[in-house]
Order: sequence, then structure tokens, then C-alpha cells
Amino acid sequence: MKFEDEPVPGYPLPILPGHTSPGRLERVLRAGEFAVTTELDPPDSADPEDVYRRARVFDGCVDAINATDGSGANCHMSSLAVCALLTRVGYAPVMQISCRDKNRIAIQGDILGGAAMGVCNLLCLTGDGVQAGDHPQALPVFDLDCMTLLETARTLRDEHHFLSGRKITYAPRVLLGAAENPFTEPVQWRAQRLAKKVAAGAQFIQTQWCYDVPLLRSFMRQVEDLGLLDKVFILIGVGPLRSAKSAEWIRTHVPGVHIPDAVVKRLAGAADPAAEGRQLCIDIIQEIRTLKGVHGVHVMAFRQEHTVAEIIQRSGVLNGRVPWYPGRDPQPNLNRIAS
Amino acid sequence: MYALRQWSVRHARGLNSFYKGFESTLVALHPVLRRIGYRRLERPVAALERGVKGMLFDCRMCGQCILSSTGMSCPMNCPKNLRNGPCGGVRSNGHCEVRPEMKCVWVQAVGGAARIPGGLKALSQVQVAVDRRLQGKSSWLRAVRARTGESP
Repeated sequence: MKFEDEPVPGYPLPILPGHTSPGRLERVLRAGEFAVTTELDPPDSADPEDVYRRARVFDGCVDAINATDGSGANCHMSSLAVCALLTRVGYAPVMQISCRDKNRIAIQGDILGGAAMGVCNLLCLTGDGVQAGDHPQALPVFDLDCMTLLETARTLRDEHHFLSGRKITYAPRVLLGAAENPFTEPVQWRAQRLAKKVAAGAQFIQTQWCYDVPLLRSFMRQVEDLGLLDKVFILIGVGPLRSAKSAEWIRTHVPGVHIPDAVVKRLAGAADPAAEGRQLCIDIIQEIRTLKGVHGVHVMAFRQEHTVAEIIQRSGVLNGRVPWYPGRDPQPNLNRIAS
Repeated sequence: MYALRQWSVRHARGLNSFYKGFESTLVALHPVLRRIGYRRLERPVAALERGVKGMLFDCRMCGQCILSSTGMSCPMNCPKNLRNGPCGGVRSNGHCEVRPEMKCVWVQAVGGAARIPGGLKALSQVQVAVDRRLQGKSSWLRAVRARTGESP
């Protein structure tokens, strides 16, 4: 998919009527394409090249790259900084904001700063507890929660003022996202929680890893019953499992990740478990792409980022489409710089 | 106290009705309360509220109580202070990600809300961000002032 008004990398796209952001992700979603997003493992380093190297792995197979905000409560390069580097060369990042480390003063400042640097998508998260990470002695902030964070971002964008009421002269033009986990307790209330997030301003959703399609199916039915399908773009989280052992470890140690026994068995019985894990991921993608209300996948391949391109290509979800990456279009339209 | 907190969620319906009656009584007493002076009442009433709600709900005195909208499960007991629903880290046994020995406050809340008429609808209301200045203040007096139009 090539946009006619393709800008020079680092410059924003024009905002189309009915769009809230000048971003590629919103363009792809609203055009009805099956979107692919992924997650960049932020470096433990101050070298920008470390960020670019990690982003290049996804060239041509993803529409947006999530910049995580201290995920798992571990310290890494900040999401704001990763986003600043990515937007500089034209990538479309999803800036994750977690409520764990910052209060509402810092968060609102980051939203403005991110948007100023070309961030078009925000993912509003509560964040993992500090006990999960490498600094368990840290102060957990949680001044806002994911829901009030969404409302805060929407207030900045649509009402052009801070929570205090003080005016903003140029509002952040962003697409607002949130997370959802249809696979954990209280399962029967998860769709309702999604409705709440949509009411608070969520325009797209990225879910936790899906390894249980029947459970997702029943969740999507509830979402449909609540009349949400045309109000929010839902991207389902997927990812390759490396082996039965790692699946077992993840499901016992990472709260909120649900992996059915059948999946563990399938990996245990495979001659090449890693290849089987990728195949399983492809199978799940192909199954969920047909579900009503599913607009894309969010591939989380932690420490297996090199497998994302293969998984996406083999799954066929891009339908021959090549998402933008720096250098995709050799002849940039230089006229756009002037405008 | 954790065990009593569980009891309160199981008896969400009764406690909610009781509180409604109690709040109406306080509203009826508004002229008297105003005579005494809300400012003068603040400390003793807050102390009483802390005692009663501390025992029943492990109340943290956020000063902007939403127990009626959360199935009588106090959301401030969530280690992430979530006032709008559970996080994505709830364990498969319905326990808390941060404190595995504790049942998720929000799994409890959904159960409690189902017992209160209209409770699930209240649960789906988006709650605004907490005003941290109200920490330690009486929610009861605040509710009465809000209902009677008395300046806060």
C-alpha cells in the first residue's frame, strides 16, 4: 500500500477527514487492511544504532512498532526516546505509556512531547507491578490507571486542555490505544472492561498473547453483543513459543498469560519445537484473521524478533502489501517538504 | 481485615442498602451537621469512618469512596490502585499478580456487584482520576455536602 500523499520520512502525513492522527497505522486500519504491529525490545544502552538495528528487523512486514515503557517493570531506554529515534527516520511507533513510573504531570508532558516528535499512536497501560522487574525496591506510582490515562490523553487531544483546565495551544494528534486480556479472570467481565476503555477513548486495542482461539471467539461474540465492533479496531496479540519448556515457564511465571495444555503438548511432541512454535503462531493468525471484528495482529516475539518477518510472510495476512519502511520508496516526493 | 473484607463482598447487597439508608439519614441531618460545622466534624467523623470501613473493607481512606460502584470491594486495596477494573495480570486462580496470596480486588468486585441491584451497570461507569488531596478525609461528609449542595 503506497499513499499518494507519502511524505518525506520524518514528516507527518496529512490528516484525512475522520482521522484523528497523521499516522500510518490509522490510515491502514481505516482503509480496512489487516494491520500488523510488533514490539521493539528497547536496548539497555544509549546508542541510537541499537534502536535502529532492532527496528530494521521488521522492515516491510509491520505497520507500526510498539515502544515499550519499562515492560515487566525492567529498566530500559525510555519509550519516549525510542519513539523520538524511530520517528526521525519515518517509522510509525506506538508509544506505550505505563502508569507505574510517572504521575499525571509527567505523563501529560510526555504525551505532548511524543506528539511533537511525530508520535501518532499511544498505548495507554496500567503497567506491571514493580515486584515483577529488576528494581523491586522502587516506588510504584500508579497516580492514574489505564482508564483515566485514556481519558487524560483524550482530554488533551479533543478538549485542548490539561487535566487542570489550562489551555494547550496545539493539541496532540494521536490515535488512542489500550490493552486487553480476554484470557484471564474475570473472563466474563473482560468484554465489559473493553467497553469501558472504548468509552474512555480507546480507538484501538492490542491484546495479550492469544493461544486459545475458542476463548477469543467467545470474547469477540460478547464484544459484538455490546455493539463495539464498529467503535474500536482490535489487534490480537500473537507470538511464537520456543519450546514446551518455555511455554510452561511463561504460563507459570508471567501473570495473565494463558497457554492451554494442548499447545504445550503440541510443542513437546515436535521434532523441531521452535519451528513448530512458529507454525502454531501462523495457524493462530490464520484462524483469527477470519473472526469478525479482528483488524490485525500484534506480534510479540520477545528475543525472537527475527522470526516476525517469516511468520507474517508465511501467514499471508499482508496480501502482497508492503508496509512502509525507510528506503521502501526510492524516489521521495520532495515537493512535500515545502508544504 | 482480609477475612472480613471477603464477608463484606459476599454481603454487598445488604451493606449497600444499609449505606444508602445511612447516607439518607445524614442528608436529613444536614441542618444539624451544618450547625455544628462540617469543618469541626471532619476529624471525628473521619476517625469513625476509618474505624468502621477499615474493619469492613480494609478502607484506605482515599476520601472519594466508590464502594457502591465496585461491589463493596475497595479498589484502593489493589496494589496498582485500579479504580476502573482489573489489570491484565490476574492469575488463573483469580488472585493478584502483585500479591499472590490475595484474591484480585476486581474479581471480588465483579462478584459483589452482581449481588447489588444495578451493581454491574455501576461497575461499567468510568471513574475519574483520584484526587490525592482528599486522602484521609471523610467520604461520608463529602457525599452529604455533594447531595445537599453545601460547598465542599
